[in-house]
Amino acid sequence: MNRAALRRIWGLIYRHLALYRRSWPRVLELMYWPVLQMVVWGFVTAYLAGVQNNVTSVAAGVLLGGVLLWEVALRSQMGFSISFLEEIWSRNLGHVFVSPLRPRELVAGLMGMSVIRVLVGVTPAALLAWALYGFGILRLGPVVVAFFAALLMMGWAVALGVTSLILRYGAGAEALAWSVLFGLTPFAAVFYPVAILPAWLQPVALALPASHVFEGMRAALLHGEIEWGHLAAAFALDGVWLALMAWVFMRQFQSARVRGALLNIGE
Amino acid sequence: MDKPAKTVPAILAEALTKRYAPDAPPAVDGLGFSMPRGATWGLLGGNGAGKTTTIAMLLGLLVPSSGRVACLGHDMARDRFAALARMNFSSPYIALPSRLSVAENLRVYAHLYDVPRAEARIAELAAQLQLTELLDRPAGNLSAGQKTRVALAKSLVNRPELLLLDEPTASLDPDTGDWVRSWLERYRAESGCAILLASHNMGEVERLCDHVLMLKQGRVVDQGSPAALLEKYGRDDMEEVFLDIARGRQREEVPAQ
Repeated sequence: MNRAALRRIWGLIYRHLALYRRSWPRVLELMYWPVLQMVVWGFVTAYLAGVQNNVTSVAAGVLLGGVLLWEVALRSQMGFSISFLEEIWSRNLGHVFVSPLRPRELVAGLMGMSVIRVLVGVTPAALLAWALYGFGILRLGPVVVAFFAALLMMGWAVALGVTSLILRYGAGAEALAWSVLFGLTPFAAVFYPVAILPAWLQPVALALPASHVFEGMRAALLHGEIEWGHLAAAFALDGVWLALMAWVFMRQFQSARVRGALLNIGE
Repeated sequence: MDKPAKTVPAILAEALTKRYAPDAPPAVDGLGFSMPRGATWGLLGGNGAGKTTTIAMLLGLLVPSSGRVACLGHDMARDRFAALARMNFSSPYIALPSRLSVAENLRVYAHLYDVPRAEARIAELAAQLQLTELLDRPAGNLSAGQKTRVALAKSLVNRPELLLLDEPTASLDPDTGDWVRSWLERYRAESGCAILLASHNMGEVERLCDHVLMLKQGRVVDQGSPAALLEKYGRDDMEEVFLDIARGRQREEVPAQ
């Protein structure tokens, strides 16, 4: 990627950072839901297990770790999709699409915004978990960075799918930007092992990178082990899903250029 | 060997056709023209004549059903990003992010177009378009005239060699509209930029354009310089010529004045 391409990507990120600088409710909204989730789940686990240094408190850590890491995937997907929607809401896409910004650079800029939104959204929740419930996400060890990256990538893959649907169906698909990943929660093994699921659902769960991340998280918290197999599976699946969704996105982008949908997207 | 840059047309459209559905009538039907560098051309026609579709195809925003378009020598089907870096576009119907300040908006586009010395360019444009006092104001809080000047600044940020303007003075009061037209005249003379202008303001077209393409149902039904068209239709102003063409009247059918 050359310097001009990096500058175009930065231009798109700068546009969103400038927006957040002038809109504190947007910044607040980034932190609101992860913090709320953490407060609710923190009290639930405190009630169920008690915050003590025994097996049940480790189980509480598994729940809080699940909440925090799942927020990474959720915020990653929303950060990408909502940044794209911001361009639609401001009726600015026409200018963006007739600039020299390539579609892959648009995607890279949205990924950059997604990372920033995840950090701003999840960091206060992680600090809260540590301050209120004595759960430090870093107790997972350095592998937490890999978990974080795998979930970010899964969020991007889902967001590429959502953005493709917005390109295809316009404003009618907007609601998916908030809801789609919640629908995957039961299959992502966030709070329970894949083995708990019915046998026929387990292949579905194992096709999701998140279920491997959460199996890995539980192994790290409960046994202090790094499950390299699950980690490798998570990244391999991320690669497959990202490649597939990038292909779908490019197909829908090209189709929107043929149908004239870029002229009135969002209407 | 490549053609010298000056002999390559600003826009070359060959048999350009667009159908939005296989069984729908074409929105643009076999459009062909070659617009030279440095010229200002007008794209005229009633609502639904195919102006917006044509501009969208010239910008690469819309893929033609058939035919070919090249801007500044770049085929828009194969090499549109090279062309887009050297051209720009302004329309009152496409907004700039309203919460961003004028300076932030211009900075975003300076980055997207990889403009060297962006801050100096923004200051230069702000001075030329009387925007210096407005640079820190949110774009959404500006008057229609101020927004038009900001949109013009955005469209000039990369010193385009080809500028596409969609109704640049729509919804402006006569004084502001005249200011924008004077500014465009001066800019074209100084920069040599080619301008394609879609407008419903016939006075504007008469004043700015060297050549006019009259569209009807996606086809060029007449073309020429405003003076030649006035003479051909025996009219005093372009508005009457527009009505004659829109209503399908030939000179012999035009009532004597």
